[in-house]
Amino acid sequence: MHVRYLTTRGPVRAVDGVSFAIQPGEVIGLAGESGSGKSTIAHAILRILHPPALITGGQAMFEGRDIMQMDDAELQQFRWSKIAIVFQSAMNALNPVMKIRDQLTDVMVHHGMSKADANQRAVELFDLVGIEPKRLDSYPHQLSGGMRQRAVIAIALALKPPLLIMDEPTTALDVVVQKDILEQITRLREKLGFSILFITHDLSLLVEISTRISIMYAGEIVEKAPARELFEKPLHPYTLGLMNSFPSISGKKHDLAGIPGSPPDLVAPPNGCRFHPRCPKAMPICEQIAPATKTISSDHSVACHLFDSQEGAK
Amino acid sequence: MITATLQTKSILDVRNLTKHFPVGTFISPKQVHAVENVSFSVQRGQVVALVGESGSGKTTTIRMVARLIPATEGEIFFKGVDVLKSEPHEASLGYRRLVQLIFQDPFASLNPVHTIEHHLARPLVIHKKASDSQEIHNRVCELLETVELKPAVAIASRYPHQLSGGQRQRVAIARALAVDPELILADEPISMLDVSIRMGVLNLIHRLKTERGISFVYITHDLASARYIGDQIMVMYAGHMVEGGESEAIMGNPSHPYTQLLLSAVPDPRAGLRTDKNAQARGEVPSLIDPPPGCPFAARCPRVMDICRQVMPEQAVIKPEHWVRCHLFSIAS
Amino acid sequence: MENNNIMNPNAKAIPIDEENEKPRAASFGKPVSTQMDFLRRTLVQPKALIGLVILTIFIAMAVFAPVIAPHDPSQYVGLPNQPPSPEYWLGTTGQGQDVFAQLVWGARISLLIGFSVGILSTLIGMVIGMVSGYMPGIIDGVLNLFTNVFLLIPGLPLLITLASFLPQGMTTVILVLTFTGWSWPARVFRSQVLCLREKDFVSASVISGEGSSRIIFAEILPNMLSLVMVSLFGAVIYTIGADAGLAFLGFENINIVSWGTMLYWASNSSALLQEAWWTFLPPGLCIALVSFGTTMLIYAMDEVTNPRLRSEKEITRVLRKYHLSSKRSTPVVKEPLA
Repeated sequence: MHVRYLTTRGPVRAVDGVSFAIQPGEVIGLAGESGSGKSTIAHAILRILHPPALITGGQAMFEGRDIMQMDDAELQQFRWSKIAIVFQSAMNALNPVMKIRDQLTDVMVHHGMSKADANQRAVELFDLVGIEPKRLDSYPHQLSGGMRQRAVIAIALALKPPLLIMDEPTTALDVVVQKDILEQITRLREKLGFSILFITHDLSLLVEISTRISIMYAGEIVEKAPARELFEKPLHPYTLGLMNSFPSISGKKHDLAGIPGSPPDLVAPPNGCRFHPRCPKAMPICEQIAPATKTISSDHSVACHLFDSQEGAK
Repeated sequence: MITATLQTKSILDVRNLTKHFPVGTFISPKQVHAVENVSFSVQRGQVVALVGESGSGKTTTIRMVARLIPATEGEIFFKGVDVLKSEPHEASLGYRRLVQLIFQDPFASLNPVHTIEHHLARPLVIHKKASDSQEIHNRVCELLETVELKPAVAIASRYPHQLSGGQRQRVAIARALAVDPELILADEPISMLDVSIRMGVLNLIHRLKTERGISFVYITHDLASARYIGDQIMVMYAGHMVEGGESEAIMGNPSHPYTQLLLSAVPDPRAGLRTDKNAQARGEVPSLIDPPPGCPFAARCPRVMDICRQVMPEQAVIKPEHWVRCHLFSIAS
Repeated sequence: MENNNIMNPNAKAIPIDEENEKPRAASFGKPVSTQMDFLRRTLVQPKALIGLVILTIFIAMAVFAPVIAPHDPSQYVGLPNQPPSPEYWLGTTGQGQDVFAQLVWGARISLLIGFSVGILSTLIGMVIGMVSGYMPGIIDGVLNLFTNVFLLIPGLPLLITLASFLPQGMTTVILVLTFTGWSWPARVFRSQVLCLREKDFVSASVISGEGSSRIIFAEILPNMLSLVMVSLFGAVIYTIGADAGLAFLGFENINIVSWGTMLYWASNSSALLQEAWWTFLPPGLCIALVSFGTTMLIYAMDEVTNPRLRSEKEITRVLRKYHLSSKRSTPVVKEPLA
């Protein structure tokens, strides 16, 4: 998938050749910082990016159909019933002048349910996410932050989509509420069986809840691995740097350095590997040729010249 | 003018600091108890981490210490002198020289129409740290180099929108350093920065503490970074300070049920995937408007007792550098 | 989190065919102040250019009046109410004066009054409004009350009352119009300062030890530049119209030649009955054109400060180029861009 933003300085290469697959019932974690393109790719899948964004290549195959080929009418039917999205900060997703009940039933009625059925389902959904059904008649500002996020999750699950995209759903929440929500999501997933594309900058969070994790940097995926393996054996220098940015609450205190420098300007990204200006292990080849993705072991791939000779090893 | 003084070795002693905001209408006036009877001390050359979630009152507390908002009640002893009594209406220039504040949002704390040089030159001029323009320029470049922003001359002539978030926050730190302060209050300085940039800024703060002996109050909602940089940790909940002490003591033996809850909620992959989450306290932070008497955590506490709903517990000392405000300890001891 | 590229309000769209393969140098190199940037971006808007051209023509007309129409405009030059002719381009007035000469010299008075009152009322409004907005408590209360009183008093009756008992002359006109015109900008600036004073950079200035007057005028004011300009030009438009109105009603010194007094004399000589359109159409048209030009400038400034207005039309251009009609879903374009 390729996504560009048109700006007066030139097109911003927000997403450049990103590929990944999501199997039924698994949680794919997408980790990256600001400017990595992780939110862009999520919005691009559903084709809800605002101008001046353009998708300039790639496919998104879902149940045999390419989302990039769909027209408006098909997309309207497709969205929410097949893939739904939970945005960062429910404050932005909920309409402040409509009751929650109306926002919940709105999407169901739009997809063909009767008002009565929709209301019945609304009660079920609130039960599912752990909010008292009588709060259905509240306005968003009358609910706490955690409840609002749960309401947004309920709306996302309204049409039982097989895939849920969650874009930083807990970033704006306190850590205790965050844990609550994550447990809720895990329970829901076990109960209903949907897959999740979970996007966040918090790598420690992802290790706890994902099946597999992809690390994004400057619009590209630099490493993909099962969650546990990524945590125990990170390969890409950026992944290592990220791990080195999270202080721990237990164990010995080490000195953490983070990663020097800042993410590149995506109008003119660095030649070769986009990470090389900040990489402690950069070699001359890194400045010239962009590394191809190598598969190191089953399901663990990395895009880095350090592993040029290790393809297929182990 | 009655000037209250205190015999103390700490650089900052806060006693019973309270802030109530009036809300509600003329007919039924109400008060938001944003900060209630908060007391803590900061030793010279130490970092005290103030930990709490949103609504805990930590930002309000620090703004009172910075004299940006007036306190409803309480005393702030800076180097032994109660500044709320010695300069009741406005902070003196002297106080502003000694106590500085760094804001959370690196995008908002710099004026978009002024260059970086202007931002750093103003405090120098106001506090008469430099007189002619050449000296000012030199000092500005020195400050930028102290916070590891190079090349200093180029950065000085830029505008805030041309710098990244991490660079802006370093400029904010440089601005605080310009007046040679003895105490810097940092309000969640890294929470709005990219993850890989955060450690650099925290390490800078640590360096300033060890090399220059500047004391810090570091506000955060993240226990992990509090442990990383804090010598002492104070935990706040719903406007009250509920536990405090040396950071290793708190992390090793969290005593207040809220601290235990906070600790268990932090995702820590190094500790392994934890399936045994203890301290399952459901519910949300209580309303701060005209709160009921007793401990604010009573509604969510898994070990609540009757007395908790009636009386706010006093400080109980567990070890020399570890105290907690919880009836579980005041009864036991 | 940091500026997310999604819905970046600062991203401006340009048609794809106008870019070359190499992107322009990033603006990170040269420092560009927000004020210079604002001015530069305003001036490249077509609306701004139209407005500037119109205003320049009129200002040039006023400045070069002695060159363009070298004789005294109130001089009697020929038969009254003569239609336009090669000798007198816009004919003669009901008093036998040269309409064209009057128009050119009248521009001086009208524009001078317009701009001086515009500037004065904006300045006074700025000082009172901004101080009122920044200072808490009593000062704000008093100044705000003062402003509101002036806002409530009906403008036209006050204008007429003052104009009728003060000695007639240009100074009176300027004074009177400023007196009734400062309260609206004051209110606008006060609201803006109320909003800006909550910003962190203002608190940061307080922490640095900055004094209030420097904070208001050196830290907050530069962030309000576009508002001040719009206010200023708005006041100019209001003044030119009000001045013409006052003159037309006979409350100004009718022996001074301005566009407004031209209208007064035209009405007095029953120009409509005489069908002498050349005596009232030109000054009326001039007033309208100056207002139009100034409004164009204001629109251009609005567009620059509100990015959404800008990007809307540029995106439509791009979509049309690629024959994409829908704006609801992200378009998929199958060609390489860069």
